[in-house]
Amino acid sequence: MAVEATTPENASAPGAPRRSSRFSGLAIGLLLPVGLAIALEIAVRMGWAQGRLLPPPSKIYATLAELMASGEWFRHAAATMLRVALGFGIGAVIGIVVGAISGSLPFFRKLVDPTIQALRAVPSIAWVPLFILWLGIFESSKITLIAVGVFFPVYLGVLGAVLSVDRKIIEVGRVFRLSKVDLARRIMLPATLPATILALRSGLGLGWMFVVAAEFMGASEGLGFLLVDGQQVGRPDLIIAALLSFAVLGFLTDWLLDLATRPLLVWRDDLSTSERQ
Amino acid sequence: MLELKSVSRVFPGGQQALSDINLEIPQGGIVALVGGSGCGKTTLLRLIAGLDRPSAGTIAVDGSVISGPSEEVGIIFQEPRLLPWLSVEENIGFPLAHLSKDERRERVDRALLRVGLGGLGKRWPRELSGGQAQRVSIARSLVARPKVLLLDEPFSALDAFTRASLHDHLIALWEAERPTLVIVTHDVEEAAILGDRVVVMQPHPGRIFTEFRVNLPRPRDRLDDAFHDTKRQILKALDGSLATQQANAKPASSDAAAFWW
Repeated sequence: MAVEATTPENASAPGAPRRSSRFSGLAIGLLLPVGLAIALEIAVRMGWAQGRLLPPPSKIYATLAELMASGEWFRHAAATMLRVALGFGIGAVIGIVVGAISGSLPFFRKLVDPTIQALRAVPSIAWVPLFILWLGIFESSKITLIAVGVFFPVYLGVLGAVLSVDRKIIEVGRVFRLSKVDLARRIMLPATLPATILALRSGLGLGWMFVVAAEFMGASEGLGFLLVDGQQVGRPDLIIAALLSFAVLGFLTDWLLDLATRPLLVWRDDLSTSERQ
Repeated sequence: MLELKSVSRVFPGGQQALSDINLEIPQGGIVALVGGSGCGKTTLLRLIAGLDRPSAGTIAVDGSVISGPSEEVGIIFQEPRLLPWLSVEENIGFPLAHLSKDERRERVDRALLRVGLGGLGKRWPRELSGGQAQRVSIARSLVARPKVLLLDEPFSALDAFTRASLHDHLIALWEAERPTLVIVTHDVEEAAILGDRVVVMQPHPGRIFTEFRVNLPRPRDRLDDAFHDTKRQILKALDGSLATQQANAKPASSDAAAFWW
């Protein structure tokens, strides 16, 4: 019986080796987290563990469902997203502008770059006390902290992109007598776009990191507030629900940024485009 | 008429790249510049293109002195230097931003057909072969209708077969509009097949060693005896330029000669 049952599987195996190996790769990756979640669920249901400090998946799901049903989740998520959006927007714009000017004007670069590099050495969260003193405990200090966190990777990425534009391609612009403005618009901008977008994505990641720090320093709403609240009232399910929300929102916004900018980069001749061909 | 009068170029480090170059090329002439590396061929081309300024002397096209890149003079580099974020037709239309859309479209289409790439207009540069990319680069220079077209070892990165077909192609394009062509090359056959005149240069400092006319009718036959005589003549002149170079260099500095051989 056992021998007969395995025979058809063996027979079909050579037929689709590539597809099955890709799916089995995904399945192998899921084995550990799903297995652990199921094991935890079973352990709590069977009464082997209390699950107070490490709540089972069903409890976290219930907490999330409750937060959603009451509209609480959306209020907190919206507050956090607004902070990330504002902080990211301000930090990204300033980073792009200062990085582009710094890359194009050697004098300006010599003037500001050393100061910016020195400030970059300060861990951004260390600014918190100063921002609170200067800007108060409410939104401005939070958004400023996020903007500062976003600024540095974007500035560095754009500066590096401008400095590494191929001299030979700039010469093409000179041969066709482009004005300074046209050179910036028709050559520098598209040439630096891939690196700029990459810098924006890492800036966005840091934005999500710093919104948590910002919300730790005293907020009455936001997903970071849920983390602190969950700790203070002793509800790990609330903390894990907030962690999951951060993961999903962070992933989604990065994916959206990637999706929105992908059409701008179809021309690239590298692994990212050859994969899609 | 392209006129160079006692042109020299000394680099900021004090190295003399070019010394007292005099050259007159009538409109529609084809001059091949040959010489060993370091003889200033590329520097000379960059001066004519207005990408660099001579330290002394003047360069003029039809009497107006070149003081920067001008629409009269186009240049094609060793690499195609296409803009990777523009399609083939957008690359060719790049110099025509000042024209209306229709006019630009018409001139781009005509240029594409002339370089034999009709139908490839929508491609990305990364989807082209080396020979196709260089043809797009030629089309991009020609749409601006320059009086003088400079080519800096334009086919040196291509295989022999593609190179030969591009030679024929370049001559066909030249016959249509008769721009003046100045072609820098280190390929003796290329000089013989393309040039009306061959100018042999000599290094340290870069200067003209000798020049002669190629009196072969076009289209030129690569297998013809007269063609081989021309090649031999160029090779001999090149050898001569290196021999006198060595003799000149010996007393002054022996490492210049060592660099050569």
